[in-house]
Amino acid sequence: MVDLWEGLTQAFWLIVSLDAELAEIALRSLRITFTALALACLIALPLAALLAVRRFRLRRTVIAIMNALMGLPPVVVGLVVYVLLSRSGPFGALGLLFTPTAMIIAQMIVIVPLVASIAQQSLRELWHEYHDLLISMNVSQGQKMRTLLWDARRALLTAALAGFGRGIGEVGAIMIVGGNIDNVTRVLTTAIALETGKGEFALALALGFVLIALAISVNLAIHWISQTEREGRW
Amino acid sequence: MSALFPLSVRGATTRRRGKVLVGPVDLDLDTEGITVVVGPNGAGKTSLMRLLHGTARLHAGTINWACDVKTARNAQAFVFQRPVMLRRSVWENLAYPLVIRGVPRREAKARALDWAKRVGLAGMFDRPAPVLSGGEQQKLAIARALISEPELIFLDEPCASLEGRATREIEEILMAARDAGTRLLLSTHDMGQVRRLADRVLFLLAGRVHEDASASEFFAGPNTREAKAFVKGDIVE
Ligand SMILES: Nc1ncnc2c1ncn2[C@@H]1O[C@H](COP(=O)(O)OP(=O)(O)O)[C@@H](O)[C@H]1O
Ligand SMILES: [Mg+2]
Repeated sequence: MVDLWEGLTQAFWLIVSLDAELAEIALRSLRITFTALALACLIALPLAALLAVRRFRLRRTVIAIMNALMGLPPVVVGLVVYVLLSRSGPFGALGLLFTPTAMIIAQMIVIVPLVASIAQQSLRELWHEYHDLLISMNVSQGQKMRTLLWDARRALLTAALAGFGRGIGEVGAIMIVGGNIDNVTRVLTTAIALETGKGEFALALALGFVLIALAISVNLAIHWISQTEREGRW
Repeated sequence: MSALFPLSVRGATTRRRGKVLVGPVDLDLDTEGITVVVGPNGAGKTSLMRLLHGTARLHAGTINWACDVKTARNAQAFVFQRPVMLRRSVWENLAYPLVIRGVPRREAKARALDWAKRVGLAGMFDRPAPVLSGGEQQKLAIARALISEPELIFLDEPCASLEGRATREIEEILMAARDAGTRLLLSTHDMGQVRRLADRVLFLLAGRVHEDASASEFFAGPNTREAKAFVKGDIVE
């Protein structure tokens, strides 16, 4: 109990004094997850739009696989990426293992199915609404996709935020491929795991608070966006 | 000079799960002005118009416009019974058909403003289209159909769920379009609207064109018992 209280007060001071180490770790976390998210969106959103407007033979299969991948344990993703990037693996020559790039790749793989699934659902709904009009206007496949992506941008932002939430709080994959190296690949979640293991509750708790604050902000943002969308204020 | 007309339809049929929705329909159409497709609910008005527009599957027969299918579709526009509003502002809805045809945004916006004024929506130019009233949405949908200057516009019961004033405003827009040389193919089950707008009448019953006449002929004396009953206002099934 005393430990906890002491940890809390120290954590508080670390945060209000903008502790250098804390800030560095938090910023690295943000940088890695935002990059992974941006790349994931570049893949997931066009894929979702394609799945919404086109009927091809394997469409259902692709959607089913995507939904299944949403539940993919990050640890397994980490393991697979590790094997691929390790010295003896197919991409070993790139020397990416235990770098932020490896972490970005792993997070991206964790995020893509989630963003694609959520995006696909809202794009399909919108496609239902737009279908008759766009078909009647002879709109090209690419224009259909662009129209849907643009007009569903709020819902897509929600999907992206959900992806961010999953990435920033994820520990299994990046621990394996990043190695939690001080000053290089240590991020919020891996640092918490390490500091807790060492019994350094103050830093662990401070990191935890930052993580919680980020998670709450993301959820508030999602809530706010869907609120404004429902009220038709776009 | 018309690229689309004359239209020649022979034995056109569309089905749904084996059931014939429309057809076989034989029809020659080269009438200027407003052709009204009238008939009770379920007669096949929507299905026939979709079939002619090329957005319903033709299971049997032929539909021949004076040009190829793709040119034909681009020379037409369709206004749905329940207007489809893009989740964008009024002006972006109006400009959409132009933008997808590659018209520069600036010019598209200027033309959108022109049309917004013509249909009385200039005051809500920047408002999100989905929050407009039913009548305003329908006016927007009609202006969006007219903005790309189609030769023919299809209108599926454009006033079905509207009250008197909105109906009158829309009929004025349609008559102005007719006077500007656009041809209209409009469905309705409202006999009053047929009287006010029709140049030619197609009376549809159970998926078949039951009667096909100029408006004056049709009202002077419908040939069939069912059409007589419908004109009188009796219930026809
Ligand atoms: N998607 C559909 N599936 C099955 N039946 C349909 C469908 N659309 C229309 N129908 C049937 O086709 C007939 C004609 O419908 P419709 O063209 O909508 O008539 P109208 O527009 O004159 O009311 C009706 O009997 C209707 O029940
Ligand atoms: Mg109908």
